[in-house]
Amino acid sequence: MKIEIRNGRFIDPKHGIDRVTTLYIAAGKVAAIGAAPALWNANRTIDASGLVVCPGLIDISARLREPGFEYKATLESEMAAAVAGGVTSLACPPDTDPPLDEPGLVQMLKHRARSLNQAHVYPIGALTVGLKGEALTEMGELTDAGCVAFSQAEAPLVDTQVLYRALQYAATFGYRVWLRPQDPYIGRGGVAHDGEVATRLGLTAIPPSAETIALAMIFTLVRETGVPVHLCRLSTAEGVAMIRAARKDGLPVTCDVAVHHLHLCDVDIGWFDTQCHLVPPLRSTRDRAALRAGLADGTVDLVCSDHTPVDDDGKQVPFGESEPGATGLELLLPLTLKWAAEDAVALPAALARITSAPAAMLGLDAGHLAVGQSADVCIFDPNAHWLVEPRALKSQGKNTPFLGLEVPGRVRCTLVGGQVVYEA
Amino acid sequence: MRNPQLDAHGELTHLLTLEGLPADVIVRILDTAVPFTSIAERDVKKVPLLRGKAVFNLFFENSTRTRTTFEIAAKRLSADVINLNIGASSTTKGETLLDTVDNLCAMNADMFVVRHAQSGAPHLIAAHLNRTGRTHVHVVNAGDGRHAHPTQGLLDLFTIRHYKRDFRNLTVAIVGDVLHSRVARSLIHGLTTLGTPEVRAVGPQTLLPTALSALGVRVCNDMREGIKDCDVVVMLRLQNERMHGALLPSAGEFFKHYGLTPEKLAYAKPDAIVMHPGPMNRGVEIDSAVADSDRAVILPQVTFGIAVRMAVLSMLAGN
Repeated sequence: MKIEIRNGRFIDPKHGIDRVTTLYIAAGKVAAIGAAPALWNANRTIDASGLVVCPGLIDISARLREPGFEYKATLESEMAAAVAGGVTSLACPPDTDPPLDEPGLVQMLKHRARSLNQAHVYPIGALTVGLKGEALTEMGELTDAGCVAFSQAEAPLVDTQVLYRALQYAATFGYRVWLRPQDPYIGRGGVAHDGEVATRLGLTAIPPSAETIALAMIFTLVRETGVPVHLCRLSTAEGVAMIRAARKDGLPVTCDVAVHHLHLCDVDIGWFDTQCHLVPPLRSTRDRAALRAGLADGTVDLVCSDHTPVDDDGKQVPFGESEPGATGLELLLPLTLKWAAEDAVALPAALARITSAPAAMLGLDAGHLAVGQSADVCIFDPNAHWLVEPRALKSQGKNTPFLGLEVPGRVRCTLVGGQVVYEA
Repeated sequence: MRNPQLDAHGELTHLLTLEGLPADVIVRILDTAVPFTSIAERDVKKVPLLRGKAVFNLFFENSTRTRTTFEIAAKRLSADVINLNIGASSTTKGETLLDTVDNLCAMNADMFVVRHAQSGAPHLIAAHLNRTGRTHVHVVNAGDGRHAHPTQGLLDLFTIRHYKRDFRNLTVAIVGDVLHSRVARSLIHGLTTLGTPEVRAVGPQTLLPTALSALGVRVCNDMREGIKDCDVVVMLRLQNERMHGALLPSAGEFFKHYGLTPEKLAYAKPDAIVMHPGPMNRGVEIDSAVADSDRAVILPQVTFGIAVRMAVLSMLAGN
């Protein structure tokens, strides 16, 4: 199969390319850019005039809900959502049921995903058995099975000795450790940011110190062990400032933000809108501004969707009892474009946050389109706006705070390994 | 964002919170309650305003006083009252809150009086009824989590107005566990909406929510400073489970600092009234010498509460 993607605005952030050109794909790989290879004869031509052609997006946190939560979503529904959102590679956190703490579970997930022939799936293994924070998992076996990093997902790791040893053990073999900084005690039982909204609505609060206490603790361990750590889902201005300072000191830490937190704050909870019940909680406008600035200046390395399909049963309950999370695979690109447009970030720089930067975080040779590279491509119309509504979403989770709003950026075509897997 | 308890014409369709309720609506409820106070003194304590209407008391959290006063209010309006004490455990038995509501709607409920341990539960029910086009069914919040207890707030306002006439020259102190208090939140919104120039929240930092000043409240940690020259002192109930542990060391120490004694009350104005939403903990938040004095208007609050609830139910039924 030879495919020619003609006259699109080709943006490859990693290689600093941004020009109107034609991309030639053969045998699943990029065959040439600009000039056709010798004896070229395309089976299919895609006219990308007026569209952006870029590397397929990479999302480092997308819950597929398998195994264990198939009533919320299935691999089929969520993989369709991924490619509809232009996402060609994704990493899924280990908070399934059972958690991804055994090689067999990881192999099964990889196998199921591969058979669907859509986006590439990279499981994140559980750092501790059952995510209980007590005993280390067999990280070597899990890596052989396909895990690309290890985390506790949202489960706390209370025992600092276990965390210390987990970092040391992982570092021995070069495994990546991802941690979400949240002290398990100070915001215990909390569901919203400790601010005016929580005070007004009488919601149990999570103070910003829940994040900063955990960051200080993790930085101490990183400084002592020299082990690199990736910090997931920052939410506070203080947290961003601490990361900036830590990096200036040369600590090997990286971090990300969920795309919802670039646009929403606690005020959006309104009268108990459970769609805005997220983890970490939506914080103040000041925090949101700091996250956006941090992402622009590189303190925050990348954006992810933190895709979490939740069914109505999980959301049509009182706020404090509702299940946190929002569907996000199909909104990662639109909401990143929205941030870029509002903060005057150039399109290539914005796309780097969802292509080359997450690829680096996963240690993948992906997220770019050099000649010879697997042709994972996203073609989108940056000027088309669309209405977020349940029927517009492929994901089984229709839970998003953006329901009823228009967002920019419509994916027209997604290719994985040179195959067209989505067209609209 | 439209206030979810008002219809497109600004009329009250649910009573969920006093926050965001226009001053004229609050005043109208208080005015409506005035004639109802005399009904209890008649031989026939009934008016036919809610005849043929089914009022469901939907209590997911234990309550004796509030449920009883709502029951009396509805019965004096000639409504059929159905009491459901569902308890917090029912949600774990499988039926969701909204399924329960749908089932009771199928039994032709006209009004739900809802108490729930979770903040926002009555909002959820009201939004569900609005979304499914059942706008003739009304929801009254009888206390949700820490969020709101609007009929208590209204009866407190009624009591203050009864004794002090005008809100616009008053200083009101609310003392105790504001953090966990829906009563305090509702009263704060009501007072600020009606133009009370100074509302104070008095208590230790552990029992005051972080952003209280954003609600237009002056925060005082010292009791004497907090009730100095007050016209109204509202004492909040301290729940048993908060009396020990990390919020407070002991009930005795709380009483020492914040318990209302005649000595502390002397800092307020000589004609200051003392209120309490009940049930009182004598010797914890209030000294018997104060509770039983002529300064205390705690029992009139209870009587006014029935009239205020009659006003709310009758206004909702009329809209």
